[in-house]
Amino acid sequence: MKFVDFVSHEAIRTDIGSEDKESVIRTMVSTLQEVGKVAEDQLESIVEAILKREELGSTGIGRGVAVPHTKHPSVNELISTVAVSKKGVDFDSLDGEKVHLLFLLISPPDRPGDHLRALENISRQLRDDTFCSFLKQSKEPQDVWQLLEEADNNQFVS
Amino acid sequence: MVDMPVVQKAVVVSNPQGLHARPAELFSRLALEFESDIEVIRDDLRIDAKSILNVLTLGAAQGTVLVLEARGTDAEKAIEALERLVVSDFKTDETLSQESSS
Repeated sequence: MKFVDFVSHEAIRTDIGSEDKESVIRTMVSTLQEVGKVAEDQLESIVEAILKREELGSTGIGRGVAVPHTKHPSVNELISTVAVSKKGVDFDSLDGEKVHLLFLLISPPDRPGDHLRALENISRQLRDDTFCSFLKQSKEPQDVWQLLEEADNNQFVS
Repeated sequence: MVDMPVVQKAVVVSNPQGLHARPAELFSRLALEFESDIEVIRDDLRIDAKSILNVLTLGAAQGTVLVLEARGTDAEKAIEALERLVVSDFKTDETLSQESSS
C-alpha cells in the first residue's frame, strides 16, 4: 500500500505547535474534517475513540513517530493524515522520546487488512533514517507530500 | 558469547486483526524484559523483536507464520513467553475496546 493511496494531501500539517497528545490528535482530526474527509458530526466521536485507544497503550512506536488510530463506522475507506511537530509531543512512547512525526489513521471496522498494510508501509519506510529525518524537518506540507511520493517510488528503501 | 544458547520456534498469528499496533507493542514490551537478543523471521525478513517499529514491518496478518529466535542466557524463557503471547491472540482488551469504540 502506497502513502499516496491513503494519506490526505490537503490535510498534512507541518505547524503543529501544541505539546499535549489530546490537542494534537484533535487538531489532526479537525483538519481531516475541514478537507471533507470526516463528517462534522462525527468529529468528537472519532477524537474520543482515538484517545481511548491511546489509553490502552501509547501508539508512539519509537524514533519520534506515533500512529494514533481507530476504527470508525463513519468512514468507508482508510483515512489518514500526517503532522509534524518541531517542539515534539509528549506521547509516552516506548523509548521515552518525544514525538515529532504523526501518522493518524481512521479505518472502517471491517477492513483490518488495509489498516495492517498501512502500518506496515509506514514502519517499513520510517526505518530509513534519511526519510525519517527529512520528514521531521519538513517546513511545508508540500515537502511532506513530496517525500511520501519519493518513498512510494522506493527512493529511500535500500 | 559463542556458547550462548539459541532457541527457535515457529508460531502462527491467529488473531483476526493480525499483528497490528497494540499486539506489536505488547510483543516488543515483553521481548524487552529479556536479556537475550530476540529476532523475528518472516520469509527472508529478519527483524529485532524489541522494536515496535520493526515488528510492524512484518505486516503479519492472520495466518502468517513467524519464526521467533532468541540468543542468550534466558533464550528459552523468552521464546516460551513470546510464543504464549502470540498463541493467546495477544489477550488484552484490545478487541473488545475497538469494537465498543466503533
